[in-house]
Amino acid sequence: MIEQAPLWTVPVAGAVLLALAGGAAALRGGLAAGRASGAGTPGAEAARLLVQQRRSTVAADRLLWRLGPAAVCVAATLAVLVVPLGRWTVWDSPVGVVWFNAMEVVVWAGLWLTGWGANSVWGLVAGYRFLAQGLAYELPHMFALTTVALGAGSLRVGDVVAAQSGLWFVVWMPVAFVAYLVAALGMAFWGPFDAPAQADLAGGVGAELSGVDALLLRAGRYLMLTAAAAFAVPAFLGGGAGPLLPAWLWSLVKTAAVLTLLVWLRDRLPTVRMDRFTELSWVVLLPATLLQALLVAIVVLVR
Amino acid sequence: MQLVVFVVCAVGAVAAGAAVFWVDSMARATFALLASFLFVAVDVLLLDLAYLGVLIILMMIMEMVVMAVFMIMYMMNPAGLMPMSMVHNRRGSLAIAVGTFLVLAAGILLIHWPTRRGAPPAEPTRQLGEALMGSKMLVMMVLGLALFATMVATVVLAQHRGRYHRYGDELDRRAPDDPIRGGVGR
Repeated sequence: MIEQAPLWTVPVAGAVLLALAGGAAALRGGLAAGRASGAGTPGAEAARLLVQQRRSTVAADRLLWRLGPAAVCVAATLAVLVVPLGRWTVWDSPVGVVWFNAMEVVVWAGLWLTGWGANSVWGLVAGYRFLAQGLAYELPHMFALTTVALGAGSLRVGDVVAAQSGLWFVVWMPVAFVAYLVAALGMAFWGPFDAPAQADLAGGVGAELSGVDALLLRAGRYLMLTAAAAFAVPAFLGGGAGPLLPAWLWSLVKTAAVLTLLVWLRDRLPTVRMDRFTELSWVVLLPATLLQALLVAIVVLVR
Repeated sequence: MQLVVFVVCAVGAVAAGAAVFWVDSMARATFALLASFLFVAVDVLLLDLAYLGVLIILMMIMEMVVMAVFMIMYMMNPAGLMPMSMVHNRRGSLAIAVGTFLVLAAGILLIHWPTRRGAPPAEPTRQLGEALMGSKMLVMMVLGLALFATMVATVVLAQHRGRYHRYGDELDRRAPDDPIRGGVGR
Protein backbone atom coordinates (compact mmCIF):
# COMPACT_ATOMS: atom_id res chain seq x y z
CA MET A 1 0.00 0.00 0.00
CA ILE A 2 2.79 2.43 0.97
CA GLU A 3 5.34 2.67 -1.82
CA GLN A 4 8.85 3.99 -2.08
CA ALA A 5 8.96 7.45 -3.69
CA PRO A 6 11.80 8.38 -6.08
CA LEU A 7 14.94 9.97 -4.69
CA TRP A 8 14.08 13.52 -5.83
CA THR A 9 11.29 13.64 -3.23
CA VAL A 10 13.82 14.08 -0.38
CA PRO A 11 13.76 17.92 -0.71
CA VAL A 12 9.96 17.76 -1.03
CA ALA A 13 9.75 16.01 2.36
CA GLY A 14 12.04 18.68 3.80
CA ALA A 15 9.90 21.47 2.31
CA VAL A 16 6.66 19.97 3.67
CA LEU A 17 8.28 19.63 7.12
CA LEU A 18 9.51 23.22 6.98
CA ALA A 19 6.10 24.54 5.86
CA LEU A 20 4.30 22.72 8.69
CA ALA A 21 6.88 23.88 11.24
CA GLY A 22 6.55 27.45 9.96
CA GLY A 23 2.81 27.16 10.35
CA ALA A 24 3.28 25.93 13.92
CA ALA A 25 5.57 28.87 14.68
CA ALA A 26 3.04 31.32 13.23
CA LEU A 27 0.27 29.69 15.24
CA ARG A 28 2.36 29.91 18.38
CA GLY A 29 3.03 33.60 17.64
CA GLY A 30 -0.68 34.19 17.19
CA LEU A 31 -1.61 32.32 20.38
CA ALA A 32 1.02 34.16 22.42
CA ALA A 33 0.25 37.57 20.93
CA GLY A 34 -2.01 38.48 23.83
CA ARG A 35 0.59 37.60 26.46
CA ALA A 36 4.14 38.01 25.21
CA SER A 37 5.44 41.09 23.48
CA GLY A 38 8.32 41.59 21.08
CA ALA A 39 7.88 38.29 19.24
CA GLY A 40 7.67 39.08 15.53
CA THR A 41 6.28 36.79 12.86
CA PRO A 42 8.42 33.70 12.22
CA GLY A 43 9.61 35.07 8.86
CA ALA A 44 10.68 38.44 10.24
CA GLU A 45 12.31 36.78 13.27
CA ALA A 46 14.23 34.38 11.01
CA ALA A 47 15.42 37.26 8.83
CA ARG A 48 16.52 39.21 11.91
CA LEU A 49 18.51 36.27 13.25
CA LEU A 50 20.07 35.60 9.83
CA VAL A 51 21.65 39.07 9.65
CA GLN A 52 22.46 39.28 13.36
CA GLN A 53 26.14 39.11 14.16
CA ARG A 54 27.27 36.02 16.06
CA ARG A 55 28.39 36.73 19.60
CA SER A 56 30.75 34.43 21.40
CA THR A 57 31.70 33.68 24.98
CA VAL A 58 35.05 33.30 26.71
CA ALA A 59 36.72 29.94 25.95
CA ALA A 60 33.70 28.54 24.14
CA ASP A 61 34.14 25.15 22.49
CA ARG A 62 33.13 26.53 19.08
CA LEU A 63 33.10 23.23 17.19
CA LEU A 64 30.75 21.45 19.58
CA TRP A 65 28.69 24.60 20.15
CA ARG A 66 27.96 25.04 16.42
CA LEU A 67 27.31 21.33 15.97
CA GLY A 68 24.54 21.23 18.59
CA PRO A 69 21.78 23.39 17.03
CA ALA A 70 22.57 22.02 13.57
CA ALA A 71 22.22 18.45 14.87
CA VAL A 72 18.68 19.18 16.13
CA CYS A 73 17.60 20.41 12.67
CA VAL A 74 19.29 17.54 10.84
CA ALA A 75 17.76 14.97 13.22
CA ALA A 76 14.21 16.24 12.64
CA THR A 77 14.71 16.21 8.86
CA LEU A 78 16.17 12.69 8.84
CA ALA A 79 13.38 11.49 11.13
CA VAL A 80 10.60 12.44 8.68
CA LEU A 81 12.23 10.48 5.84
CA VAL A 82 10.43 7.35 7.06
CA VAL A 83 7.07 9.09 7.62
CA PRO A 84 4.72 8.33 4.73
CA LEU A 85 2.70 11.10 3.08
CA GLY A 86 -0.43 9.34 1.88
CA ARG A 87 0.74 6.50 -0.37
CA TRP A 88 4.37 7.56 -0.72
CA THR A 89 7.30 7.44 1.62
CA VAL A 90 10.74 8.85 0.89
CA TRP A 91 12.52 5.91 2.52
CA ASP A 92 10.60 2.68 2.92
CA SER A 93 13.02 1.34 5.51
CA PRO A 94 12.36 -2.12 6.99
CA VAL A 95 13.22 -0.64 10.41
CA GLY A 96 11.53 2.75 10.04
CA VAL A 97 10.19 2.79 13.61
CA VAL A 98 13.68 2.25 15.06
CA TRP A 99 15.10 4.85 12.67
CA PHE A 100 12.64 7.46 13.92
CA ASN A 101 13.57 6.61 17.51
CA ALA A 102 17.30 6.87 16.73
CA MET A 103 16.94 10.27 15.06
CA GLU A 104 14.87 11.54 17.95
CA VAL A 105 17.68 10.58 20.35
CA VAL A 106 20.08 12.75 18.31
CA VAL A 107 18.33 15.71 19.97
CA TRP A 108 19.84 14.56 23.29
CA ALA A 109 23.33 14.98 21.91
CA GLY A 110 22.41 18.21 20.10
CA LEU A 111 20.98 19.93 23.17
CA TRP A 112 23.74 18.80 25.47
CA LEU A 113 26.37 20.03 22.98
CA THR A 114 24.57 23.37 22.66
CA GLY A 115 24.48 23.78 26.41
CA TRP A 116 28.07 22.65 26.93
CA GLY A 117 29.77 24.47 24.07
CA ALA A 118 29.02 28.02 25.22
CA ASN A 119 31.04 27.54 28.43
CA SER A 120 28.20 29.25 30.26
CA VAL A 121 26.50 28.03 33.41
CA TRP A 122 22.99 28.66 32.05
CA GLY A 123 23.47 26.51 29.01
CA LEU A 124 25.28 23.80 30.95
CA VAL A 125 22.54 23.47 33.57
CA ALA A 126 19.92 23.48 30.82
CA GLY A 127 21.72 20.73 28.93
CA TYR A 128 21.76 18.53 32.02
CA ARG A 129 18.10 19.38 32.66
CA PHE A 130 17.24 18.08 29.21
CA LEU A 131 19.16 14.84 29.78
CA ALA A 132 17.37 14.25 33.09
CA GLN A 133 14.09 14.81 31.32
CA GLY A 134 15.18 12.63 28.42
CA LEU A 135 15.94 9.71 30.74
CA ALA A 136 12.41 10.13 32.10
CA TYR A 137 10.44 10.28 28.85
CA GLU A 138 12.54 7.94 26.70
CA LEU A 139 11.51 4.59 28.18
CA PRO A 140 7.73 5.20 28.03
CA HIS A 141 8.32 6.53 24.51
CA MET A 142 10.22 3.40 23.50
CA PHE A 143 7.54 1.16 24.97
CA ALA A 144 4.87 3.13 23.09
CA LEU A 145 6.76 2.55 19.82
CA THR A 146 7.31 -1.10 20.78
CA THR A 147 3.57 -1.48 21.32
CA VAL A 148 2.90 -0.05 17.86
CA ALA A 149 5.44 -2.40 16.25
CA LEU A 150 3.97 -5.30 18.22
CA GLY A 151 0.43 -4.53 17.02
CA ALA A 152 1.62 -4.35 13.42
CA GLY A 153 4.08 -7.26 13.68
CA SER A 154 6.64 -5.18 11.80
CA LEU A 155 9.06 -2.29 12.21
CA ARG A 156 8.26 -1.01 8.70
CA VAL A 157 6.13 2.14 8.91
CA GLY A 158 4.18 1.05 5.81
CA ASP A 159 3.18 -2.20 7.53
CA VAL A 160 2.13 -0.25 10.62
CA VAL A 161 -0.24 1.84 8.48
CA ALA A 162 -1.55 -1.28 6.71
CA ALA A 163 -2.25 -2.96 10.07
CA GLN A 164 -4.63 -0.11 10.95
CA SER A 165 -6.92 -0.58 7.95
CA GLY A 166 -9.58 -2.07 10.24
CA LEU A 167 -9.08 -0.20 13.48
CA TRP A 168 -6.75 2.71 14.25
CA PHE A 169 -4.14 1.97 16.88
CA VAL A 170 -5.20 5.02 18.89
CA VAL A 171 -8.48 3.21 19.68
CA TRP A 172 -6.97 0.12 21.31
CA MET A 173 -3.62 1.62 22.36
CA PRO A 174 -4.73 4.87 24.00
CA VAL A 175 -2.13 4.67 26.78
CA ALA A 176 0.69 4.27 24.25
CA PHE A 177 -0.70 7.24 22.32
CA VAL A 178 -0.72 9.44 25.42
CA ALA A 179 2.82 8.33 26.33
CA TYR A 180 3.88 9.11 22.76
CA LEU A 181 2.41 12.61 22.91
CA VAL A 182 4.12 13.25 26.27
CA ALA A 183 7.43 12.18 24.72
CA ALA A 184 6.72 14.35 21.67
CA LEU A 185 6.42 17.37 23.94
CA GLY A 186 9.54 16.25 25.82
CA MET A 187 11.80 15.78 22.79
CA ALA A 188 10.97 19.30 21.55
CA PHE A 189 11.34 20.58 25.16
CA TRP A 190 7.92 22.05 24.63
CA GLY A 191 4.95 22.89 26.83
CA PRO A 192 5.18 21.50 30.35
CA PHE A 193 8.64 20.09 29.58
CA ASP A 194 10.35 23.37 28.65
CA ALA A 195 12.50 23.47 31.80
CA PRO A 196 15.69 23.31 29.65
CA ALA A 197 14.67 26.55 27.90
CA GLN A 198 13.10 28.38 30.81
CA ALA A 199 13.38 32.03 31.82
CA ASP A 200 14.82 31.00 35.21
CA LEU A 201 17.98 30.04 33.29
CA ALA A 202 17.93 33.19 31.13
CA GLY A 203 16.64 31.11 28.23
CA GLY A 204 18.44 27.84 29.06
CA VAL A 205 20.24 26.02 26.23
CA GLY A 206 19.82 28.99 23.93
CA ALA A 207 20.96 31.59 26.48
CA GLU A 208 24.25 32.42 24.76
CA LEU A 209 23.18 31.68 21.18
CA SER A 210 22.88 34.41 18.60
CA GLY A 211 22.48 34.80 14.87
CA VAL A 212 22.30 31.66 12.74
CA ASP A 213 22.82 29.33 15.72
CA ALA A 214 19.85 30.80 17.58
CA LEU A 215 17.78 30.48 14.42
CA LEU A 216 18.82 26.83 13.98
CA LEU A 217 17.92 25.94 17.57
CA ARG A 218 14.52 27.65 17.47
CA ALA A 219 13.74 26.22 14.05
CA GLY A 220 15.00 22.81 15.17
CA ARG A 221 12.59 22.88 18.09
CA TYR A 222 9.62 23.47 15.78
CA LEU A 223 10.94 20.94 13.26
CA MET A 224 11.25 18.28 15.96
CA LEU A 225 7.76 19.02 17.27
CA THR A 226 6.44 18.76 13.70
CA ALA A 227 8.33 15.52 13.03
CA ALA A 228 6.91 14.01 16.22
CA ALA A 229 3.38 15.08 15.25
CA ALA A 230 3.91 13.69 11.74
CA PHE A 231 5.02 10.28 13.03
CA ALA A 232 1.97 10.05 15.30
CA VAL A 233 -0.19 9.87 12.15
CA PRO A 234 1.15 6.58 10.66
CA ALA A 235 1.79 5.15 14.14
CA PHE A 236 -1.60 5.73 15.75
CA LEU A 237 -4.02 7.61 13.46
CA GLY A 238 -4.25 5.29 10.46
CA GLY A 239 -1.85 7.16 8.17
CA GLY A 240 -3.60 8.52 5.08
CA ALA A 241 -6.87 6.62 5.69
CA GLY A 242 -10.04 8.72 5.51
CA PRO A 243 -13.11 9.43 3.39
CA LEU A 244 -13.42 11.74 0.34
CA LEU A 245 -10.04 13.48 0.48
CA PRO A 246 -6.93 11.93 -1.13
CA ALA A 247 -4.59 10.03 1.19
CA TRP A 248 -1.76 12.59 1.12
CA LEU A 249 -4.16 15.34 2.15
CA TRP A 250 -5.47 13.23 5.04
CA SER A 251 -1.88 12.73 6.22
CA LEU A 252 -1.34 16.49 6.18
CA VAL A 253 -4.67 17.25 7.88
CA LYS A 254 -4.02 14.76 10.68
CA THR A 255 -0.45 16.00 11.16
CA ALA A 256 -1.69 19.59 11.33
CA ALA A 257 -4.33 18.58 13.87
CA VAL A 258 -1.82 16.83 16.18
CA LEU A 259 0.61 19.72 15.75
CA THR A 260 -2.06 22.27 16.62
CA LEU A 261 -2.91 20.32 19.77
CA LEU A 262 0.77 20.23 20.82
CA VAL A 263 1.26 23.96 20.13
CA TRP A 264 -1.97 24.85 21.93
CA LEU A 265 -0.99 22.77 24.99
CA ARG A 266 2.13 24.88 25.55
CA ASP A 267 0.45 27.76 27.40
CA ARG A 268 -2.25 25.61 29.02
CA LEU A 269 0.08 23.65 31.30
CA PRO A 270 2.64 24.91 33.81
CA THR A 271 6.28 23.83 33.45
CA VAL A 272 6.94 20.54 35.25
CA ARG A 273 10.19 20.23 37.16
CA MET A 274 12.44 17.44 35.86
CA ASP A 275 12.61 15.58 39.19
CA ARG A 276 8.83 15.56 39.54
CA PHE A 277 8.40 14.42 35.96
CA THR A 278 11.02 11.71 36.43
CA GLU A 279 9.10 10.24 39.36
CA LEU A 280 5.77 10.52 37.53
CA SER A 281 7.28 8.96 34.46
CA TRP A 282 8.87 6.00 36.23
CA VAL A 283 6.11 5.33 38.74
CA VAL A 284 3.03 5.96 36.60
CA LEU A 285 3.80 6.25 32.89
CA LEU A 286 6.26 3.35 32.59
CA PRO A 287 4.07 0.69 34.28
CA ALA A 288 1.07 1.99 32.31
CA THR A 289 2.88 1.59 28.99
CA LEU A 290 4.14 -1.85 30.03
CA LEU A 291 0.57 -2.95 30.79
CA GLN A 292 -0.51 -1.54 27.44
CA ALA A 293 2.23 -3.54 25.71
CA LEU A 294 1.14 -6.68 27.60
CA LEU A 295 -2.47 -6.15 26.55
CA VAL A 296 -1.52 -5.69 22.90
CA ALA A 297 0.77 -8.73 23.05
CA ILE A 298 -2.09 -10.88 24.35
CA VAL A 299 -4.45 -9.60 21.65
CA VAL A 300 -1.83 -10.29 18.97
CA LEU A 301 -1.27 -13.82 20.34
CA VAL A 302 -4.92 -14.89 20.53
CA ARG A 303 -6.27 -13.36 17.33
CA MET B 1 29.41 3.18 -4.63
CA GLN B 2 29.29 0.69 -1.73
CA LEU B 3 33.07 0.44 -1.78
CA VAL B 4 33.41 4.24 -1.59
CA VAL B 5 31.02 4.45 1.37
CA PHE B 6 32.82 1.58 3.08
CA VAL B 7 36.27 3.11 2.63
CA VAL B 8 35.11 6.57 3.75
CA CYS B 9 33.43 5.14 6.85
CA ALA B 10 36.29 2.76 7.67
CA VAL B 11 38.88 5.53 7.45
CA GLY B 12 36.52 7.90 9.29
CA ALA B 13 35.99 5.38 12.10
CA VAL B 14 39.73 4.91 12.60
CA ALA B 15 40.42 8.66 12.36
CA ALA B 16 37.65 9.54 14.83
CA GLY B 17 38.90 6.78 17.12
CA ALA B 18 42.40 8.26 17.00
CA ALA B 19 40.94 11.72 17.65
CA VAL B 20 39.69 10.46 21.02
CA PHE B 21 43.32 10.44 22.18
CA TRP B 22 44.26 13.57 20.30
CA VAL B 23 41.76 16.11 21.68
CA ASP B 24 42.24 17.74 25.08
CA SER B 25 38.65 17.89 26.30
CA MET B 26 36.48 15.17 27.77
CA ALA B 27 33.45 16.40 25.80
CA ARG B 28 35.34 16.30 22.51
CA ALA B 29 36.80 12.88 23.31
CA THR B 30 33.31 11.52 24.02
CA PHE B 31 31.84 12.85 20.81
CA ALA B 32 34.85 11.74 18.76
CA LEU B 33 34.20 8.23 20.09
CA LEU B 34 30.52 8.64 19.14
CA ALA B 35 31.51 9.67 15.61
CA SER B 36 33.67 6.56 15.38
CA PHE B 37 30.74 4.34 16.41
CA LEU B 38 28.41 6.06 13.92
CA PHE B 39 30.87 5.34 11.08
CA VAL B 40 30.91 1.68 12.17
CA ALA B 41 27.09 1.72 12.18
CA VAL B 42 27.06 2.80 8.53
CA ASP B 43 29.40 -0.09 7.70
CA VAL B 44 27.02 -2.47 9.50
CA LEU B 45 24.16 -1.02 7.41
CA LEU B 46 26.20 -1.88 4.31
CA LEU B 47 26.02 -5.55 5.37
CA ASP B 48 22.21 -5.33 5.00
CA LEU B 49 21.86 -5.63 8.78
CA ALA B 50 19.41 -2.71 8.91
CA TYR B 51 18.12 -3.36 12.43
CA LEU B 52 21.57 -3.80 13.96
CA GLY B 53 22.95 -0.74 12.18
CA VAL B 54 20.14 1.60 13.28
CA LEU B 55 20.26 0.09 16.77
CA ILE B 56 23.97 0.92 17.02
CA ILE B 57 23.18 4.54 16.09
CA LEU B 58 20.38 4.70 18.68
CA MET B 59 22.20 3.01 21.55
CA MET B 60 25.56 4.67 21.00
CA ILE B 61 24.12 8.21 21.00
CA MET B 62 22.26 7.56 24.27
CA GLU B 63 25.24 5.78 25.77
CA MET B 64 27.76 8.45 24.84
CA VAL B 65 25.58 11.32 26.09
CA VAL B 66 25.04 9.56 29.41
CA MET B 67 28.75 8.73 29.52
CA ALA B 68 29.60 12.39 28.90
CA VAL B 69 27.54 13.29 31.96
CA PHE B 70 29.42 10.89 34.23
CA MET B 71 32.89 11.36 32.77
CA ILE B 72 32.67 15.13 33.02
CA MET B 73 31.36 14.78 36.55
CA TYR B 74 34.65 13.06 37.47
CA MET B 75 37.00 14.84 35.06
CA MET B 76 35.80 18.40 34.92
CA ASN B 77 37.42 20.53 32.23
CA PRO B 78 34.95 23.23 31.24
CA ALA B 79 35.10 23.49 27.46
CA GLY B 80 38.85 22.85 27.41
CA LEU B 81 39.75 25.46 30.03
CA MET B 82 41.74 22.85 31.90
CA PRO B 83 43.28 20.70 29.16
CA MET B 84 43.47 17.01 29.87
CA SER B 85 44.97 14.01 28.18
CA MET B 86 43.34 10.69 27.41
CA VAL B 87 46.76 9.07 26.94
CA HIS B 88 48.46 7.18 29.74
CA ASN B 89 51.57 4.99 29.50
CA ARG B 90 52.32 6.46 26.08
CA ARG B 91 55.00 4.03 24.87
CA GLY B 92 53.39 0.88 26.20
CA SER B 93 49.95 1.66 24.80
CA LEU B 94 51.43 2.62 21.44
CA ALA B 95 53.31 -0.69 21.27
CA ILE B 96 50.20 -2.67 22.25
CA ALA B 97 48.01 -0.81 19.73
CA VAL B 98 50.45 -1.20 16.82
CA GLY B 99 51.08 -4.84 17.72
CA THR B 100 47.37 -5.67 17.89
CA PHE B 101 46.75 -3.91 14.59
CA LEU B 102 49.58 -5.80 12.89
CA VAL B 103 48.46 -9.20 14.23
CA LEU B 104 44.84 -8.62 13.18
CA ALA B 105 45.80 -7.22 9.76
CA ALA B 106 48.19 -10.13 9.18
CA GLY B 107 45.39 -12.53 10.16
CA ILE B 108 42.99 -10.93 7.68
CA LEU B 109 45.53 -11.09 4.87
CA LEU B 110 47.06 -14.51 5.57
CA ILE B 111 43.98 -16.62 6.42
CA HIS B 112 42.61 -18.62 3.52
CA TRP B 113 38.99 -17.40 3.62
CA PRO B 114 36.34 -19.87 2.37
CA THR B 115 34.30 -18.83 -0.66
CA ARG B 116 30.59 -18.18 -0.15
CA ARG B 117 28.28 -21.15 -0.65
CA GLY B 118 24.69 -20.22 -1.52
CA ALA B 119 23.05 -16.78 -1.40
CA PRO B 120 22.75 -14.48 1.63
CA PRO B 121 19.56 -15.13 3.64
CA ALA B 122 16.51 -12.91 3.22
CA GLU B 123 16.56 -11.60 6.78
CA PRO B 124 20.19 -11.53 7.95
CA THR B 125 19.34 -10.03 11.36
CA ARG B 126 16.89 -12.82 12.16
CA GLN B 127 19.37 -15.44 10.92
CA LEU B 128 22.11 -13.91 13.05
CA GLY B 129 19.84 -13.91 16.09
CA GLU B 130 18.88 -17.54 15.57
CA ALA B 131 22.46 -18.59 15.00
CA LEU B 132 23.50 -16.85 18.21
CA MET B 133 20.61 -17.84 20.45
CA GLY B 134 18.40 -20.35 18.64
CA SER B 135 19.10 -23.41 20.78
CA LYS B 136 20.11 -21.40 23.85
CA MET B 137 17.01 -19.25 24.26
CA LEU B 138 16.18 -20.66 27.71
CA VAL B 139 19.72 -20.01 28.98
CA MET B 140 19.65 -16.49 27.56
CA MET B 141 16.30 -15.69 29.16
CA VAL B 142 17.34 -17.02 32.56
CA LEU B 143 20.59 -15.10 32.24
CA GLY B 144 18.71 -11.92 31.33
CA LEU B 145 16.44 -12.29 34.33
CA ALA B 146 19.41 -12.94 36.64
CA LEU B 147 21.23 -9.88 35.30
CA PHE B 148 18.18 -7.70 35.76
CA ALA B 149 17.63 -8.97 39.31
CA THR B 150 21.30 -8.26 40.05
CA MET B 151 20.95 -4.70 38.81
CA VAL B 152 17.85 -4.04 40.89
CA ALA B 153 19.44 -5.66 43.97
CA THR B 154 22.61 -3.59 43.54
CA VAL B 155 20.64 -0.36 43.32
CA VAL B 156 18.55 -1.32 46.36
CA LEU B 157 21.66 -2.20 48.41
CA ALA B 158 23.45 0.97 47.31
CA GLN B 159 20.52 3.16 48.31
CA HIS B 160 21.45 5.54 51.06
CA ARG B 161 17.85 5.93 52.18
CA GLY B 162 15.56 2.94 52.44
CA ARG B 163 11.83 2.66 53.07
CA TYR B 164 12.30 2.99 56.86
CA HIS B 165 13.87 6.40 56.30
CA ARG B 166 11.00 7.40 54.09
CA TYR B 167 8.00 5.95 55.89
CA GLY B 168 9.25 5.81 59.51
CA ASP B 169 10.30 2.89 61.74
CA GLU B 170 6.79 1.42 61.72
CA LEU B 171 6.29 2.20 58.03
CA ASP B 172 3.17 4.06 59.10
CA ARG B 173 3.91 7.52 57.69
CA ARG B 174 1.33 8.44 55.10
CA ALA B 175 3.55 10.68 52.94
CA PRO B 176 7.25 9.73 52.65
CA ASP B 177 9.80 12.10 54.16
CA ASP B 178 12.08 12.90 51.23
CA PRO B 179 14.88 15.48 51.02
CA ILE B 180 13.46 16.61 47.68
CA ARG B 181 9.70 16.85 47.70
CA GLY B 182 7.47 16.50 44.69
CA GLY B 183 6.38 13.84 42.26
CA VAL B 184 3.65 11.31 42.74
CA GLY B 185 1.15 12.03 45.51
CA ARG B 186 3.04 14.84 47.25
